[in-house]
Amino acid sequence: MDIVPGILKGDKRSIARLITLIENQADEARDLLKQLYKFTGNAITLGITGPPGAGKSSIVNFLAKKFRENNKKVGVIAIDPTSPFSGGALLGDRIRMQDLTLDDGIYIRSMGSRGALGGLSRASYDAVKVLDAAGMDYIIIETVGVGQSEVDIIKLADIVALVLIPGMGDEVQAIKAGVMEIADIFVVNKSDMDGADRLITEIQMNLDLNQDKNKVKPPILKTVGTTGEGIADLYKTIIDVQKQLQDSGMLTNKRKTRINQELQELIREIHLKQIISSFETQIRIFTEKALNKEIDPYSAAVYILENAKL
Amino acid sequence: MTGSKTIRVLIAKPGLDGHDRGAKVIARALRDSGMEVIYTGLRQTPEQIVEAAIQEDVQVIGLSILSGAHNFLFPRVIELLKEKNAEDILVIGGGVIPEEDIPGLKKAGIKEIFTPGTPTSAIVEFIKNNVKV
Ligand SMILES: Nc1nc2c(ncn2[C@@H]2O[C@H](COP(=O)(O)OP(=O)(O)O)[C@@H](O)[C@H]2O)c(=O)[nH]1
Ligand SMILES: [Mg+2]
Repeated sequence: MDIVPGILKGDKRSIARLITLIENQADEARDLLKQLYKFTGNAITLGITGPPGAGKSSIVNFLAKKFRENNKKVGVIAIDPTSPFSGGALLGDRIRMQDLTLDDGIYIRSMGSRGALGGLSRASYDAVKVLDAAGMDYIIIETVGVGQSEVDIIKLADIVALVLIPGMGDEVQAIKAGVMEIADIFVVNKSDMDGADRLITEIQMNLDLNQDKNKVKPPILKTVGTTGEGIADLYKTIIDVQKQLQDSGMLTNKRKTRINQELQELIREIHLKQIISSFETQIRIFTEKALNKEIDPYSAAVYILENAKL
Repeated sequence: MTGSKTIRVLIAKPGLDGHDRGAKVIARALRDSGMEVIYTGLRQTPEQIVEAAIQEDVQVIGLSILSGAHNFLFPRVIELLKEKNAEDILVIGGGVIPEEDIPGLKKAGIKEIFTPGTPTSAIVEFIKNNVKV
């Protein structure tokens, strides 16, 4: 099957192939994405982030089933860190999502973060577009909340749920204000364990201290990822938040910001590649000169850019 | 510009046995050799394994089994891959498998069988030599 028509029909093989081409930065990937772009924008993207072992994959599993009960198609992208030493990655999120594998209305893809420095790779942005064009109603992106990816997720998700677990104690204090602010919904998972209510109080206190007083307080929900308790409420809350975003025009604003950022990143990426390839020799010569203090790198960069004028 | 290709491997445990230490050791060794390893957990049916392999677009499926049902489960995976036109995926097996069963499994389409005691480096090397990237 040809890839573009295949994807538009929701064929999983075609979806899988294009995501691989995207991950491998194959030349044809960008052409195919160009053709698909006009079919995107219909899916709601939901980011699930939080520390390793918090129960994110378990929650995604129950949540995806809820969406299916409501006849919605679901794409899942589960991102785990790539080892900076080997370039390999262990991607284990499917362990918690086994029941979803044979559902026709679900596609799951595990991705390594690859080149991205702690953040989300460019490939994950494009993979979301593929699933969107393939007709998924909801796209769930699971990311481990370490460092940059926690904040990066807002560049990808319309709605962000931050999963925390009891026993984190002081860690809630340690969560940077910027990270607390990206959450549209707080999920207190493992609420079968001691300390769930205390964690909720801590989150509330943290929000009171750091949040803009005029902003609506994000809802805080208790779940149990092993049994599915609380997932029905989480589902309802997601739908409510989605409605608010749509009715207030916030969703369009978020997407406009996202496209603007993406455009800037693309310009940077393409332009840099062009300059580096056409000024290879010059860059090498300047490197030698800078090493010998015959020129400083600031002047060298300006010199090259002036010669690269469009 | 064409970027680099990373080998993607699905490690699955079909059958009913409840241990996955061996599978996890192999998964880690493959990761440390630069591969992306999708680990799907215990008690996978051949149908689930093949569907996951297609969604994840892996080049290799590694099946690990201790329970003795390999003569049924391994060939079943190959059969389903053929049905789905995905027989380009390389399938290898490991676990407790009697010597006399190996020729039959290879004939069914399993590319290689690694019995206990095989160093993980041999598995890494086999995959690197046999996957077209
Ligand atoms: N006690 C308890 N364990 C949970 C709960 N949710 C998930 N787990 C367990 O926590 C571990 C990590 O879960 P997983 O979903 O893989 O976490 P992730 O790393 O955030 O995706 C698994 O062993 C789960 O069974 C919960 O609500 N209560
Ligand atoms: Mg997970």
